[in-house]
Amino acid sequence: MEKLILETKKINKYFHDPVTNQVLQDISFTMKQSEFVSVVGKSGCGKSTLLYILSTMDTDYEGELILDGISMKGKSDEELSRVRNEKIGFVFQFHYLLSEFSVLQNVMMPGLKLARYTKEEVRQNAFERLKSLGIEHLATKRASQISGGEKQRVAIARALINNPLIIMGDEPTGNLDHKNSDTVFDIFHQLASETGQSLLIVTHDRDFSSRTDRIIEMDDGQIVNG
Amino acid sequence: MQWFLILNISKTLLLARLRQSVIAAVGVTFGITMFITLVSFMTGLNKLLDGLILNRTPHIRLYNEIKPSENQPVNLSLNYADHINIIHSVKPKERPLEIYNSQAIMRSLKEDDRVLGIAPKITAQVFFNVGAIDLNGIINGIDVVVENQLFNFGDYVIKGNLRDLQTVNNSIILGKGAADKMLVDIGDVIQVTTARGERLSLKVVGIFQLGIADVDNVQSYASIQTTQKLLGESNSYVTDIHVKLKDLSLATAMARQYKKLYGIDAVDIQTANAQFETGSSIRNIITYAVSITLLIVAGFGIYNILNMMIYEKMDSIAILKATGFSGRDVKWIFISISLIIGITGGLFGLLFGYILSSIINQIPFVTAALPTVKTFPVNFNPFYYLIGIVFAIITTYIAGFFPARKASKVDPVEIIRGK
Repeated sequence: MEKLILETKKINKYFHDPVTNQVLQDISFTMKQSEFVSVVGKSGCGKSTLLYILSTMDTDYEGELILDGISMKGKSDEELSRVRNEKIGFVFQFHYLLSEFSVLQNVMMPGLKLARYTKEEVRQNAFERLKSLGIEHLATKRASQISGGEKQRVAIARALINNPLIIMGDEPTGNLDHKNSDTVFDIFHQLASETGQSLLIVTHDRDFSSRTDRIIEMDDGQIVNG
Repeated sequence: MQWFLILNISKTLLLARLRQSVIAAVGVTFGITMFITLVSFMTGLNKLLDGLILNRTPHIRLYNEIKPSENQPVNLSLNYADHINIIHSVKPKERPLEIYNSQAIMRSLKEDDRVLGIAPKITAQVFFNVGAIDLNGIINGIDVVVENQLFNFGDYVIKGNLRDLQTVNNSIILGKGAADKMLVDIGDVIQVTTARGERLSLKVVGIFQLGIADVDNVQSYASIQTTQKLLGESNSYVTDIHVKLKDLSLATAMARQYKKLYGIDAVDIQTANAQFETGSSIRNIITYAVSITLLIVAGFGIYNILNMMIYEKMDSIAILKATGFSGRDVKWIFISISLIIGITGGLFGLLFGYILSSIINQIPFVTAALPTVKTFPVNFNPFYYLIGIVFAIITTYIAGFFPARKASKVDPVEIIRGK
């Protein structure tokens, strides 16, 4: 039996502003190692909200989230940060690089925070990541000086630096043209098949989701399919 | 926590906003510069003014005061013990000014560990005879060596030599005011009449100036032996014993102790010169108040700049948090930015403060009242530099703390979702 990376048990989430409104209803599902999962659904169906809960950034929910066999319930901000740093890699729709830093520094940042390796090793590692994504020539450029597609690849490199168990993406291709979307998909696909990392990607892009291993379809705060 | 990483992030964020950061640091520099300059100058001036009187004032003075006896016979009488006794027109008893057993008292004082030194003294009321006119005067008989050692008397002798007072027989050092009135200079001989009518010729060997007209017009100094001779007293005759302590703050308690122990009057410096302490502390309060105000203004500058920076950097904060930096890490990133501004600004402030007070120290300041002072007095006490940098660190820490706390509470989900 394959190892479970992520498991949710009856997650409920409410928004209280302006009126109490249930956005997620009894979300229970599991994800295995090296699974490539996409979450699809209409705007406002709660898929992004679910992703933020799964990413441990949003702690205001009911139910239980188990990551790598450990329940995230009642953990402190400090501990959750550590989990995000070590086990989760993030790719957003908007690229969110630190514009004051160089591309290489951006990629190194989570690695330096984790401090499992020395600075030199992290630098080496980050450079390897950039190389594997074909953007090593950008390493010394400032993050604000590169194009959108390049930024997204840098963000992926950053998500991979600590060898996370799971990579989460919130519309990672939403802001990219077709060619760049394809590149990003290929990178993700390669990751799932080669390094055994799991991927959980929230997307609108039917074309993108249709090529993933498993599609979770959400509607009105519930999982309707998958 | 990886301090190196956090400092590195702070540094990069700072450099990205270099101009604003420099302006914030200049605010701190200005505050600290003014603090150092003000406090150095003020305390220099305080020391000078206090020294003017306090250097010349014994910490404890032992003497016999002329006063009516506290225990009148009627109060001692058992027959009237339960009566209310009212006596009108009580007069002080004839009582010599001499301290009884002065040699023994001095010997026991010298053995006290808390005492730095003692100086015996005789005060004699005299008239200086100038032609047909008699001028009022006071001759202080002093032990020349000890007096100079403990009370720096030599600093105030502006003409002649203090040591001659000991080596030349029947010599006197006059106050500048008195010497001007009598039209005498060094080497001249003056006639002195004591209260009892005895006459003596004294040779002027020096002129002193304390800068206090009342003292310079009336007081004069002679050796203790000369004064004893003048008064026709034995060589154990002493009217005052001046005590200088190692620790000034003990004076009040010790004066009370000596009064009981030796059965004579004792007055301490705090009681005798309370107004000087008040003046000094008020000047200090003003200095600190001005400096703290300047630093608070600088602090608001830092607060504003950090607030703006945090507002601009919301995305970066969100991404740092999403990739594994905790709220505490984010808080320290912004506090370190503030502290870097504070420490850099503060160190420059110390430097400029030193330069400015050095310049003030060179400005000529000549006054007849202060013969030993040629330029403005400045106190280069390293302690104030320490206070200055600590001030800078505390103010910038507080200024940075609130924006940093705000940054640490930024909810990354809200930022990422809100885009």
